[in-house]
Amino acid sequence: MSADNLVEIRNLDFAYEDRPILDGISLAIPRGKVVAIMGGSGCGKTTLLRLIGGQLRPTRGDVVVDGQSVPSLKDDELYALRRRMGMLFQFGALFTDISVFDNVAYQMREHTDLPEELIRDMVLLKLNAVGLRGAHHLMPAELSGGMARRVALARAIALDPMLIMYDEPFAGLDPISLGVIGQLIRQLNDALGATTIMVTHDIQESLLIVDFIYFMSEGKVVALGTPDEIRASRHPFVHQFVFAEADGPVPFHYPAEPLARELLGAGRSEFS
Amino acid sequence: MTAIAGLGHRVNDALQRLGFASRFFLVLLRHSGQSFRRLHLTVREIYFSGFQSLLIIMVSGLFIGMVLGMQGYETLQRYGSADALGILVALSLVRELGPVVAALLFASRAGSSITAEIGLMKATEQLTAMDMMAVNPIARVVAPRFWGGVISMPLLAALFSATGVFGGYLIGVVFIGVDDGAFWSQMQASVDFRYDIWSGIVKSFVFGIAVSLIAVFEGYDAQPTAEGVSSSIKGTVVKSALAILALDFVLTSFMFREA
Repeated sequence: MSADNLVEIRNLDFAYEDRPILDGISLAIPRGKVVAIMGGSGCGKTTLLRLIGGQLRPTRGDVVVDGQSVPSLKDDELYALRRRMGMLFQFGALFTDISVFDNVAYQMREHTDLPEELIRDMVLLKLNAVGLRGAHHLMPAELSGGMARRVALARAIALDPMLIMYDEPFAGLDPISLGVIGQLIRQLNDALGATTIMVTHDIQESLLIVDFIYFMSEGKVVALGTPDEIRASRHPFVHQFVFAEADGPVPFHYPAEPLARELLGAGRSEFS
Repeated sequence: MTAIAGLGHRVNDALQRLGFASRFFLVLLRHSGQSFRRLHLTVREIYFSGFQSLLIIMVSGLFIGMVLGMQGYETLQRYGSADALGILVALSLVRELGPVVAALLFASRAGSSITAEIGLMKATEQLTAMDMMAVNPIARVVAPRFWGGVISMPLLAALFSATGVFGGYLIGVVFIGVDDGAFWSQMQASVDFRYDIWSGIVKSFVFGIAVSLIAVFEGYDAQPTAEGVSSSIKGTVVKSALAILALDFVLTSFMFREA
C-alpha cells in the first residue's frame, strides 16, 4: 500500500445473500483529498462506505484504512479505528431525544474524560464552524433539513477525525443549503487536515469542490479523473451523467418484457 | 404436501428466531457492565418504564382489589367466613394477580414503548450512527432499558399488590363492614413471607426478565420501516402476554406443589 493513500480497496466483492453488489472493485483515496464516488442509485456506493467503516464484511478482497485491514480487525480494534472516522448519514441520523448541543457533545462525553466546561467550548466551536452556534439549544425535530445536515456534520467532526465519510450529503436540499454544505465539506477537510470520501449523485455540486471522482456502475469503477478530466471526458457513462441525459449506458427502463408483448397478453397472468 | 412444507418452514423459522434471541440475550448480558458502571443510564430507564407506569399500575391494583373485596365477601359470607376476606384478597394478589396483571400492564405500557423507541432508532439509522461513533448500541441503548425493566417489574408488582389490598380493605371493611381487626390479623397470620410473598417476588422478577427481553429484542430486530416497527410493537404485546401466562403456570406448579 502506498503511504500516500489513506484508504485502499482491493479486488473487493460483496453480495447481499445471492444478490451481487460489488464486483472486483479497486480504488484508492489519497490522504488530504476530497474524493467523490458517483453513480446511479443502487450501484453499491453506500455499501462501499459501510465496507470502509467495517459495518459490512466483504465476500472477497480487502479494505485497508490507514494501514489496517478493516475486515480482519477485532471488535475493539474496529471501534478504535472508528473513533478516528466521522460519518454523515443520508438523513442525518441525529439522536432525536437529545438537543443539538448534546448530539455534538455525544462522542466527547462517551470517549473522553474532558471536563464539561471544555466540552461546552469545543461543541460551540464545532457548531460555530457550521454556522449553528445559535441553534445549540434546539431539539432535532425543530431543525430544517439543511440545518439537521449541518448539525450532523458538526457531530461527525466532533473528535477531529482523520477520515470523514458522507452518504449523499446533498440529497433533498434547496440550492442555498446545497452550496453551503458543499463549501463546508471542502473547508472542514482542509482545516482539519482530514481526508474526505463523499458518496453522491450530485455531479454539478461535486465538480466544484472535489479533487478526484470515481464513477461506479454495476459494482465496478467505470471511469475516474479530476473534475477537469471528467468535464472533458468522452466516456459515454460519464457523458450521460454530467449532462443528465435520460437514456444512455444507464437505461431509463428497469429490465422488463417488451412492452408490446406485455400489453398483448403474454405477461397478463402475472397481474391477475 | 404444501401445507406440511409450510408448517415445517414456520417451525424452522420460529426455532431460528428463538436461537437468534438467545444469542442476543447472551450478547446483552456480556455488554451489561456499562448499565451498572454508569448507573444514571439505567436509572433514567427505571424512571421512564417504572416510574411512569406507576399511575396505571396503582389505579388498576386498586380496582382489582375492590372487585376482589366484593366478590370475595359475596362468596365467603355464604359460608359464614367473611372474616377471612383479608386472607383471600392478600393471597390472590400476592401469589397471582399482583405479578401477572402488573406484568401484563407493564408489557403493554412500558414494553411496547421500549420496542417502539428502539425500532424507530433503528429505522432512522440512529443505532448505526452510534455504532459508527464507536459506541456499542447494545451496551448504550439496549442493556440499560433491559435492566431498567427487570428492576422496575418486582417493585411495580409489589405496589400493585399493596394498592390491591388497600382496595379490598376499602370495600370489605369500610363499605361492607367486615371486622377491621379480623381482616388484618387473619391476613397477617396466614400470609407467609417465604412461601407467598417471596414466590410473588420471584415470579415478577422472572416476568420482568421475559417482558424486557422480548421488548428490547423485538425493537432491535424490527424491520426498519413504519410497518416493521408497528408489527414489532404488536409482537411485544402478544408474545409478552403469552410468555407471562405460560411462565406463570410453570412457576406456580413448582412453587405451590404441596398446596
